[in-house]
Amino acid sequence: MQTIIHLFRNNLREYGMIIALVLITGLFWILTDGVTFTPLNLTNLILQNGFILVLAVGMVLVIITGNIDLSVGSVVAFIGAIAGVLMINHDVPVWLAVVLSILAGAVIGVWQGFWIAYIGIPSFIVTLAGMLIFRGLTLYLLNGQSLAPFPESFQNISGGFLPDLFGGSDIHILTLVFSAVISLVLIYLEFNRRKTQLQYKFEVVPVWITLAKLAILVFVINWFAYQLALNEGMPMVLVIVLFLIVIYTFIMKNTVMGRHIYATGGNKKAADLSGIKTKRVVFGVFVNNGILAALAGLMFAARLNSATPAAGEMLELDAIAAVFIGGASMAGGVGTVIGAIVGGLVMGVMNNGMSLIGIGIDWQQFIKGMVLLIAVGFDVYNKNKG
Amino acid sequence: MSDYILEMESITKTFPGVKALDDVNLKVQHGEIHALVGENGAGKSTLMKVLSGVHPYGSYEGSIVFKGEKSQFRNIKQSENEGIVIIHQELALSPYLSIAENIFLGNERQSNKIMKWQDTFSQSQQLLDQVGLRESPETSVMNIGVGKQQLVEIAKALSKNVKLLILDEPTAALNETDSENLLNLLLDLKEQGITSILISHKLNEVSSIADSITILRDGKTIETLDTRTEDISEERIIKGMVGRELTSRFPERTPNIGETVFEVKNWHVYHPQRSHELLIKDVNMKIRKGEIVGLAGLMGAGRTELVMSMFGKSYGRKISGELYKDGKQIQAHTVSDAISHGMAYVSEDRKTYGLNLIDDIKGNITLANLQRIARRKVVDANQEIRDAQHLTETLNIKTPSINQVAGNLSGGNQQKVVLSKWIFTEPDILILDEPTRGIDVGAKFEIYSLIHDLAQQGKCIFVISSELPEVLGLSDRIYVMNEGEITGEFNRGEADQENMMHYMTGAGGK
Repeated sequence: MQTIIHLFRNNLREYGMIIALVLITGLFWILTDGVTFTPLNLTNLILQNGFILVLAVGMVLVIITGNIDLSVGSVVAFIGAIAGVLMINHDVPVWLAVVLSILAGAVIGVWQGFWIAYIGIPSFIVTLAGMLIFRGLTLYLLNGQSLAPFPESFQNISGGFLPDLFGGSDIHILTLVFSAVISLVLIYLEFNRRKTQLQYKFEVVPVWITLAKLAILVFVINWFAYQLALNEGMPMVLVIVLFLIVIYTFIMKNTVMGRHIYATGGNKKAADLSGIKTKRVVFGVFVNNGILAALAGLMFAARLNSATPAAGEMLELDAIAAVFIGGASMAGGVGTVIGAIVGGLVMGVMNNGMSLIGIGIDWQQFIKGMVLLIAVGFDVYNKNKG
Repeated sequence: MSDYILEMESITKTFPGVKALDDVNLKVQHGEIHALVGENGAGKSTLMKVLSGVHPYGSYEGSIVFKGEKSQFRNIKQSENEGIVIIHQELALSPYLSIAENIFLGNERQSNKIMKWQDTFSQSQQLLDQVGLRESPETSVMNIGVGKQQLVEIAKALSKNVKLLILDEPTAALNETDSENLLNLLLDLKEQGITSILISHKLNEVSSIADSITILRDGKTIETLDTRTEDISEERIIKGMVGRELTSRFPERTPNIGETVFEVKNWHVYHPQRSHELLIKDVNMKIRKGEIVGLAGLMGAGRTELVMSMFGKSYGRKISGELYKDGKQIQAHTVSDAISHGMAYVSEDRKTYGLNLIDDIKGNITLANLQRIARRKVVDANQEIRDAQHLTETLNIKTPSINQVAGNLSGGNQQKVVLSKWIFTEPDILILDEPTRGIDVGAKFEIYSLIHDLAQQGKCIFVISSELPEVLGLSDRIYVMNEGEITGEFNRGEADQENMMHYMTGAGGK
């Protein structure tokens, strides 16, 4: 029991977030009489929140460097508009339109990153300007009207599912295979980490805690996959999000670039004097965020099956909230990709659950605001105390 | 009743772990200019903070009698109401406000919270006449020079009906003419019956205008000299300031010095913002393999500015001059250039410029040379652990684990982490800026041993230190700086604290 308490105290930030997610899901499970956990609704949860998770991954990098990006909501709309004009008005092939849209996102990132990193204008101002600029350009491109419908192959980005190579009839077998593979990889990684820790004589948690942790994790993953398999299987959106999680977690944890990003946010002056080109780091992070915002924009347009002038309004705030609920610090230097994803899921489960039980948009906003405030307040309180 | 306007008796002030003031006495007579001198860290500023209530009554021991009454100031406001005003080295003016607004800042001419601009400007004009500043009161403070800003500060003090004016290094940032004007103004104010305490490193100023001089050393009052009754030379003051003995605070070492490795020639640096202000003037230095070279100077002499400008142009602009390594000219335009040429700079302020306090020990150690443990830009986490553990053991960093966050370590251990970080870059030239600042005696000894080891390995080491005994104890050779210039060079054995102090205060070279 002592070990558990000790473990819990030392990892309050990490576990607090997951406990919050569990509590919130549990609450809605009771309030909705279990509807939250039906295969259909779990699939919907992923489809509805995929683009927020993508935005959160880009945003967490920006926030780790000590910056902020308020423009992503407008960028989502603008990229949707570009894709719409290309595919619907000019019959550009889907693949080419997708490539051009992503490129447009990169150009937006270059534009904003230039002003922030090399001219030195605070990111709050540059991206506030960007919020207006790209919303304006969206209205101009669309003439204030919606464009629809998109070609079917494009809609698959957001509404499609992985085909079942094993040809299961009632159940999607590939999804189950996928989740089994993920489980094995997680088990391998955890024991490998444990082995290294033992090798260098670091303090390790007792083996039964590791086993219990893995058991819960593996159960949740496979149960979730089973539910999805009962419906239509693995959504494309989930494939994209999982891919991003793996890539970006690896970059942030294991590469020189990731270290430079954390160091820039942790202490910019010290990073400069350590030979890190902090301007280039900040610039790169904004270019990356432009690209991910473009991807989210495509997913959003595909899901709505239209490009509308009002798309993505307030989306930047959802992404920023997800990152802060996920344990990042406004001052920079702190935050993880996984944290941002968990934070995004907290927001997603709340959106979904509150809609299911019929809470009006007024109270939804109120409750989301309170959750953000309490989550970050709890974090700050703990930090001051510790 | 007494001749004294101020009597501070047996003042003792302790900070956690340090006795900053130990039984200090300071007596200032009515209408005199009283100089307070001592090395950096001797306790001058702390004493003035006690006097003005920055350190409130109750946080120190001893008694303060001002104008014949016992004072128990709890904050600056109370001491100002009694007529004690401090003008700090860094001026406390608001740059975008006018001269008049600054003079009455916090003390506005008003009726019922409504500004009385007429009074503000007319009274400012009178004060400006009094201090001899010919500027319109409506001019913004940022549009006048430092010398004039200093006068605005004095006008502000006069507006508060000052009885005792304390000036902390008022001429440090001023040129000769401005300094002279300021000192003359102090003499004028003396005629008007205003008492001043002058804190200064410039001993020529002190001996020319002060009526009496109190010397502090290591938080203790050494003596008070009266220039009206005897002739006090600068030598006499210096002797009082440095009278401490060099004890065996340094480990044994036999220097093993080789060929010249690194040279700086004709180095000039301008101020990063005020680009016409020449900060470093024609510096030439060299260092040999295995040599420890000290850079001595008072605060503001330009030592940090000099080394940072050499280290990838991290400070200043319009930098000119040449750097040579092993006889070949090198270019170091960025910090990463400098690192790749084998330079390393351990900053004087480890928390601001040295460490990422929220990252762990191993992350801090490897940060400046991640490619050493990376393959194709992917960090080898196991190699990182091995290297960090090795350095932690070699430097004897006291920590439960290399996963400890740097912000939780003590000052001495933080300094060792910064040193490890730069040792990890495998440098040839190590620049150590105040390597033992804020570190206790035991840890200092360890750092000195480490510096010796590094020199033994053939590295060139520059040491900047404001503590003269440290410079003398460590260095094989010493450059002395004053106002951005090298004013003297000594080999080990040639230098002692007194003759160095001459060159540091500008009294010797010119």
